[in-house]
Amino acid sequence: MTVIGLRIARPGAIASRRSLRVLEHDLLVFRRGWFSYLLSGLSQPFLYLVAMGIGLGLYVNRNGSLPGGVPYLDYIAPALLVTQAMMAGAFEAAWPIMGKITWDGTYEAALNTPLSACDLLLGDLMWIGFRATLLSVLFLLVIAVLGAAASPLVVLAVPVAVLTALAFAAPIMAFTATQSRDSGFNALFRFGITPLFLFSGTFFPIEKLPLFLQPLAWITPLYHGVAAARSLSLGQVEPVGLTVHISALVAVVVAGVAAGRITFRRRLVV
Amino acid sequence: MPETAPATAPLIHARGLRKCFGAFTAVDGVDFDVAPGEAFGFLGPNGAGKTSTMRMIGTVSPVTSGTLTVFGLDPARHGAKIRTRLGVVPQADTLDNELSVLENLLIYGRYFDLSWAESRRRAIELLEFVQLTDRANDKVEPLSGGMKRRLVIARSLINEPSLLLLDEPTTGLDPQARHLLWDRLYRLKQRGVTLCLTTHYMDEAEQLCDRLVVMDRAKIVAEGSPRQLIEKYVTKEVLELRFPRAEGEADDSAHLDGQLDGLAERIEQLPDRVLVYTADGEAAVATAFERGLRPASVLVRRSTLEDVFLRLTGRSLIE
Repeated sequence: MTVIGLRIARPGAIASRRSLRVLEHDLLVFRRGWFSYLLSGLSQPFLYLVAMGIGLGLYVNRNGSLPGGVPYLDYIAPALLVTQAMMAGAFEAAWPIMGKITWDGTYEAALNTPLSACDLLLGDLMWIGFRATLLSVLFLLVIAVLGAAASPLVVLAVPVAVLTALAFAAPIMAFTATQSRDSGFNALFRFGITPLFLFSGTFFPIEKLPLFLQPLAWITPLYHGVAAARSLSLGQVEPVGLTVHISALVAVVVAGVAAGRITFRRRLVV
Repeated sequence: MPETAPATAPLIHARGLRKCFGAFTAVDGVDFDVAPGEAFGFLGPNGAGKTSTMRMIGTVSPVTSGTLTVFGLDPARHGAKIRTRLGVVPQADTLDNELSVLENLLIYGRYFDLSWAESRRRAIELLEFVQLTDRANDKVEPLSGGMKRRLVIARSLINEPSLLLLDEPTTGLDPQARHLLWDRLYRLKQRGVTLCLTTHYMDEAEQLCDRLVVMDRAKIVAEGSPRQLIEKYVTKEVLELRFPRAEGEADDSAHLDGQLDGLAERIEQLPDRVLVYTADGEAAVATAFERGLRPASVLVRRSTLEDVFLRLTGRSLIE
């Protein structure tokens, strides 16, 4: 039973206080660029929602083709909130992490201190979560200003978005640690992230997809994030559905961290 | 290899230490001890296994086989604990270009769990020590190579380590920057900090090291103080002769065949010059001229670790 005891003790050990130091490092860097970051964090959602939600929505709403007669703006606002978080999570887990592993030597320097490869993984994952939170809160503000949510539960779409960001960031960080160059990222974004952005129920219900493609949507984290956030924002929460969506996202984060622990150590401790 | 077990318990203790990367053996069974307060060096050409050895001591690279303890602890089990007491100056600067000079030190102090206030206090003191106080709020990028190196040294001292690992501390620096750096390292040594460094510069090894091992092709080939090594493997003086190149010959001295025989106990013919190892350089010059030799240039100098390395391996340190 000691063996089991050790296994249980380890998750406590990985949530080391030291990983917070990595987050502090990233915040220290962020202190220089926060203003322009917040500015773009406000303007992006505004432009998207006005162009697609209101502009394109004029035509969509005229046909009244959305289930329950939901206005198109209300339909895509929570989806775009989650999508934006996904994009940030995926991006931050790719090039910036690659930089820290290879070009900048940031990780090499940190590993000469008591920090471990796992602290770096978790610390930078927290950092990505922090950025996703900032972006999502700003997005929420824009939604509130445009009146693009039917229910006050839309506030809970923020943690859903952050969870979605982490569900992309964790596996991509694990992937990044296996790459020696950044050429793999182009394929990842072109054939992975962008199609997800377009076909995970963001702009139209996945029921409109060809039947054989629908199961594909179910296994992507973005679909679950979008579905959960939308149900909250529209005030149409089904407890079972919501639980499934959240569990799916948590499972991907956990799997990503587990993979990352292996690939980070393999890459950094040689 | 002579056993020079230090009187006190060694800070670093290695026996049969090996490091392999797949089929490639980077460090092939080396033995050494580093005593507290000592300045210990690994001298050898690029690729001799110096950096791999240092990374194992720094607990960032797992030992393949053999024994290694640092502060009496096993790196595999107590890596973080060892690193708490270790200062590391890696070969590449690894400074954070997105942070200021001061911030680079501050966050490093945080990595060692210092409070922000304590980290700041030490950082300011260390910037003074490495003469970078006036650059505290500047970006790192525009600093000169020597300044960056000094900043890395300051960074490595933020946790007040008792053992400092320096991997080629002055490679790529100009002479003035090197001397400034050596001076700072010497002061650290006087304060009782144990220095462990790698270098492929024999003058650096002579300047800084109390004791060193010569590494070549993953193995230690000699061990001792710079003076001991010179006394043991080479003569006190070296006479360097350069001859004008004869027509159609690849080497400058190829046409000498035998004319130098018996001039000294050991003669080394290099492509561009002849090294005559002798206790009395001037006497050897006189003998050479008596034999009718007319070298284009003559230089008598003291033997260095470069000569030791040439003797031990048949090759130069920097190729």
